[in-house]
Amino acid sequence: MANVFTRMGDWVVERSPGMLPMYRKHMTEYYAPKNFNLWYYFGSLAMLVLVNQIVTGIFLTMNYNPSAAGAFDSVEYIMRDVEWGWLIRYMHSTGASLFFVVVFLHMFRGMMYGSFKKPRELVWLLGMLIYLALMAEAFMGYVLPWGNMSFWGAKVIISLFGTIPVIGSTLVQWIMGDYLPADATLNRFFALHVIALPLVLLLLVVLHLAALHEVGSNNPDGVEIKKGPKGNRWDPLKPADGIPFHPYYTVKDLFGVGVFLMIAAFIIFFAPMLGGWFLEHDNFIRANNLVTPAQIKPVWYFTPFYAIVRMFPAMFGTAVWGVLAMFSSIAVLFALPWLDVGEVKSIRYRGTGYKVALGLFVFAFFGLGAVGTDLTAELIPKLFGHVDVTFWENLFGRSMTAIYFGYFVFLWLYTHLGWEKTKPVPERVTTHD
Amino acid sequence: MTKRHFSSIVLALGLLLGSIQVAAAEGGELPSAGTNLRDQASLQRGAKLFFNYCVGCHSLKYMRYSRMAEDLGLTEQEVMQNLDFTGSKFHDPVISHMPKASASKWFGKAPPDLSLEVRARTADWVYGYLNSFYLDPSRPVGWNNTVFPNASMPFPLWELQGMQTAVKKPGSDEVEKLELATPGKLTPAQYQQATRDLTNFLEYVSEPAAMQREHYGIWVLLFLAVYTLLAYMLKKEYWKDVHE
Repeated sequence: MANVFTRMGDWVVERSPGMLPMYRKHMTEYYAPKNFNLWYYFGSLAMLVLVNQIVTGIFLTMNYNPSAAGAFDSVEYIMRDVEWGWLIRYMHSTGASLFFVVVFLHMFRGMMYGSFKKPRELVWLLGMLIYLALMAEAFMGYVLPWGNMSFWGAKVIISLFGTIPVIGSTLVQWIMGDYLPADATLNRFFALHVIALPLVLLLLVVLHLAALHEVGSNNPDGVEIKKGPKGNRWDPLKPADGIPFHPYYTVKDLFGVGVFLMIAAFIIFFAPMLGGWFLEHDNFIRANNLVTPAQIKPVWYFTPFYAIVRMFPAMFGTAVWGVLAMFSSIAVLFALPWLDVGEVKSIRYRGTGYKVALGLFVFAFFGLGAVGTDLTAELIPKLFGHVDVTFWENLFGRSMTAIYFGYFVFLWLYTHLGWEKTKPVPERVTTHD
Repeated sequence: MTKRHFSSIVLALGLLLGSIQVAAAEGGELPSAGTNLRDQASLQRGAKLFFNYCVGCHSLKYMRYSRMAEDLGLTEQEVMQNLDFTGSKFHDPVISHMPKASASKWFGKAPPDLSLEVRARTADWVYGYLNSFYLDPSRPVGWNNTVFPNASMPFPLWELQGMQTAVKKPGSDEVEKLELATPGKLTPAQYQQATRDLTNFLEYVSEPAAMQREHYGIWVLLFLAVYTLLAYMLKKEYWKDVHE
């Protein structure tokens, strides 16, 4: 039997001599630092979720009807009459939210350990492009069930483009193909969601990994293993602190996958709506342009950015400022490698100012999320009694917005003007467990 | 895992659970429905109530009689004789015979389909709604509701619950509490149980898959627990030579 497989392998290698070297380059001879910690699971988990979304998405497409008349009914048909349809749909809907969970953690890891810094700027930029494509993909997917929140969410998000002076209203009509989100909108979103954006995402993921494997992985110490001593058990010329990605990190990731799948399975099987956070109550009502939901708010993963839009009032006769601020809040992340130019990468050896700033940034991100999900609007009266909720919500939200953007301004000053007092970085990676 | 990592995970989980808690408390004053999909007798009683009191006006267009029979432990004969009053076939969905156009004329708004009512509103809301009708001569149908003020629905369960009247707050139009003015066929406790059964049935209707997913979920989690343990042991074994 083994002989048959060997011969089959040889047959392929004879005809495609580049394949084995590629496998070696990216798997068995890709030397990753040996000190990866918990934060390093989320890249491979993001890939797992991407595969899950594509596979479950294909099966959903088989039974989904992309039309304003049939979409909502077809989703219920999947939930009730299609064999295992409920499982496929819950895997897809839960996967969408968990995608953002792992991607947020993955991005935070990159910020915390300086993985965006030289020589990995391109890895970071490609990752940010993935994030951008992912947001577009998630938004369009959210519209497809054609529930009332799909409809009103689409209307609100698309109308953001309407704030652009001069071309705004024409642009909004062009995006929707109608005066309201309608059949034309649903059809084009379906096309973009199932074909265009997944292709873009897959291409970007390949480029992200290719760029990473060119420069090598960073690690929790922010030490360049390629600049350290050479020679390990497998290769005298490769970094001493590196271990082959396969099998070491593949078996480690298998364990991470197990833990992650337990969390995912718990949600899928026991709380698929997660109290209205992953699937919203208003989306079990068919889209209706005459009935506005009590609160129109995006799904949780968009709320920090949506809150920023709401914090900017209309000025000089246009409401474009909030929209500009929202796009800037993502654009500024692209610029991170040139804003934070500190030599020391990892938070472990960076100055106290950096640690405080990053903590505040995380706090502001959650704070903005609370504003965007209307948690603050509920909590303020509960905590402070009869006060002007809008005033305090705006004050809080604007402070959080200021901290969010302030983080980048501070980093620029802190590193360009040499205010940072760093700790000595070790020569080699350190291991803790 | 270092102590620092552990505390950051605890913090993250705390934030997540805290926000879920707040979201769950959203409907503030609603009583807890206390439904239980594993209570088949309750589901059967709820179905009976639905088909006696509700189907005249409300459809369950995504629910088939046959699927309901299977999940509620009823035979085809039982369903066709005792529950199917619309002359539908066994594999048909539950469609009310009320003509939509006249319904809009009678009530100002056609009675909504209730297939997804519990998912759209929550079980507590439906249970609270069914317990909060009171006499209000200012309304066209003579009934009002504290959970859904100015609802256009008359109260078909009045013969079971009896008739409630509103006690207003002094000097205001706000309802302070409801009082049972005329008792019905059921005691208040019996009526609460009946509406709990009805809510339970509607919860089942809004997601028939809920029964399956909880059943399979346990086995999936058990499998994953074993898998994760094996993966952990495999990782330990492979990594022995890294930590020399």
